[in-house]
Amino acid sequence: MALYFFTPFIAIILTILGGGIIFYILGFNPIEALKFYFITPISNLYGFSELLLKATPLCLIAIGLSFCFKSNNWNIGAEGQLTFGAIVGGGVALLFYNQEGFYILPLVIIAGAIGGMIFALIPAILKTYFNTNEILVSLMLVYVSKLLLDYLVVGPWSNPEGFNFPETRQFSDSSRMPLLFEGLRIHAGIFLALAAVMLSWFVLYKTYLGFQIKVSGLSLKTAKYAGFKGKTMILVVFMISGACAGLAGVGEITGPIGQLHRMISPDYGFTAIIVAFLGRLNPFGIIFASLVVALTYLGAETAQIFLQIPKYTGQVFQGMILFFLLASDYLLFFKVKILNLKKNELRH
Amino acid sequence: MYKNFFRYLISAIFLLGFSVNSNADFKVGFVYVGPTGDHGWTFQHHEGRNAVEAAGIKTTFVESVPEGADAERVIRQLAQSGHDLIFTTSFGYMDPTNKVAKDFPNVKFEHATGYKREHSNVSTYSARFYEGRTLLGHIAGKMTKTNTIGYIASFPIPEVIRGINAMTLAAQKVNPNIKTKIVWVFTWYDPGKEAEAAQALIDQGADVIMQHTDSTAPVQTAEKAGVWSFGQASDMQRFAPKSILTSIIDDWAPYYVERAIAARDGTWNQQDTWHGLKEGMVAMGPYNSAMGADLVKEVEQLQKDLASGKVHSFTGPIYDQKGNILVAEGKVADDGMLAGMSVYVKGVEGDIPK
Repeated sequence: MALYFFTPFIAIILTILGGGIIFYILGFNPIEALKFYFITPISNLYGFSELLLKATPLCLIAIGLSFCFKSNNWNIGAEGQLTFGAIVGGGVALLFYNQEGFYILPLVIIAGAIGGMIFALIPAILKTYFNTNEILVSLMLVYVSKLLLDYLVVGPWSNPEGFNFPETRQFSDSSRMPLLFEGLRIHAGIFLALAAVMLSWFVLYKTYLGFQIKVSGLSLKTAKYAGFKGKTMILVVFMISGACAGLAGVGEITGPIGQLHRMISPDYGFTAIIVAFLGRLNPFGIIFASLVVALTYLGAETAQIFLQIPKYTGQVFQGMILFFLLASDYLLFFKVKILNLKKNELRH
Repeated sequence: MYKNFFRYLISAIFLLGFSVNSNADFKVGFVYVGPTGDHGWTFQHHEGRNAVEAAGIKTTFVESVPEGADAERVIRQLAQSGHDLIFTTSFGYMDPTNKVAKDFPNVKFEHATGYKREHSNVSTYSARFYEGRTLLGHIAGKMTKTNTIGYIASFPIPEVIRGINAMTLAAQKVNPNIKTKIVWVFTWYDPGKEAEAAQALIDQGADVIMQHTDSTAPVQTAEKAGVWSFGQASDMQRFAPKSILTSIIDDWAPYYVERAIAARDGTWNQQDTWHGLKEGMVAMGPYNSAMGADLVKEVEQLQKDLASGKVHSFTGPIYDQKGNILVAEGKVADDGMLAGMSVYVKGVEGDIPK
């Protein structure tokens, strides 16, 4: 069991070693490159605040996904739920354009969560009542939501003074996340992420629902024998997951971006899948994992600025982390046994 | 009293050190929206950067920077890490560029294709691509057999609509029966979508294809289908040697070199630049011999006249789709009208998406 939580560290160490080798092959000094990658980005307060800013949506989405993944529901469409949440939340923000009121931001945030929730309910309902595959449905819905966003920002919601550029107006200050420090972009959305961590820990480990989720994840048959209402649980985990993704979306548009346009998320919804697994689907593990993965984004930028290392190495790093994690899992939980094939007999 | 004096002294020495240093360590940063190997928009900005480097000035670039929350951090990091002049080469960087510019008054910023210059250290620049479109229109009008020109458009912003109109007007001048069919793809770079749009236009009878998107997919589709096409942003001839008649080339190099030297020597001023064929920011690729010597000569003359100002792409009378007059006979459209252009001219089919 201790090893189970230890493998992510092994994966990260292997990734750093692998990265060093790649840098060496590319002709860079591996130590220097790794320093620019993992230390320079967070060597000052601004960098550290940017790390938290980047990790916030990843953490939120991954927390939501952990409910789905723990219970054997493969929600791959968090990106779509994020986008739809941002659409609904952004719509409310635009509705209150140029209005004052302390209640506006909470309304925008709640709208975003509900948006994500509704969008996640589609694959959940189709799965429970029509037996469709939730992987395909949730994935395809990503494109639906992105196209819907495209339509809205190009057409009905585009900024009337914006020369038809595909973006909405800048939201009013009353629907923007309050900043935590002057001059830094880190905003109150981080508290949403931390609240999600606490709540999810409580639900997963201290409630009947959490117990159901875990049992269903370990064995669906056992869950059935135990008489758990499988359908309700599927709907609930998808709703939690969608709400978290919707919150992440609304955090981005009311935080650093401040408007709706086509590029509100650099695929946070997909990257969060890596975060969820790297964090072992454990709420506190996910905090740690979201920081590590966020650092690969920042590191890729710094490495390109200072050493002109291609920025795509960031994605290589993310891929390597997942690969090494899965590989070390495989080697940990399966026993390698050399069979004596001469006897022509296979034992299982 | 003494405290204050020392404070001033120290900051003065500090500033002096900086100003002496800045000449030796003068650095220029570039922020790209796509990969340097897109063979279109970013590729050409990268060529411009290479020219700055060749002029003996140190440069840095960051590629594929999403136009969302990440842009501000990248621009800020460039400003923080000692870059004195920063080119942000996509429209979506407009607000982040202005935001960072506010916090770094000593760093100069150059934003491509935007309209906001909120601080005195922000300049904007763009190219009169529509002059190149006029040449394409002339060629297309002469080369088409079906009188149908297919146009792959990205977003209904003034720049794109200007291109469609300039092309249509020029084509009408040499062939009054011309029709312009448009497919909006709502992306700047998506080879799959662009190829589909090209095929759709060819299926609708277009035998000349052009695009206001960045990939080489449309010209490759045209090459396969055996219809004419034009390269966009860079010389795309080698991707479709038979099909490409010429290319509109964005040549940022002279501007980048000029602005970098100005910033280094302290003569940089805020400005809004809109250069065209005359200054060389818009250039044309080699003309395909399939056009015939006469047409090549005609187009070369027109190119010279556009550059000298003898001919203007938008010379009246120009009518909108409903037949209302936009520019009166004998007049030319002013830059204000061009910058805000949001209606099609007569002869373009369909409506502008709203």
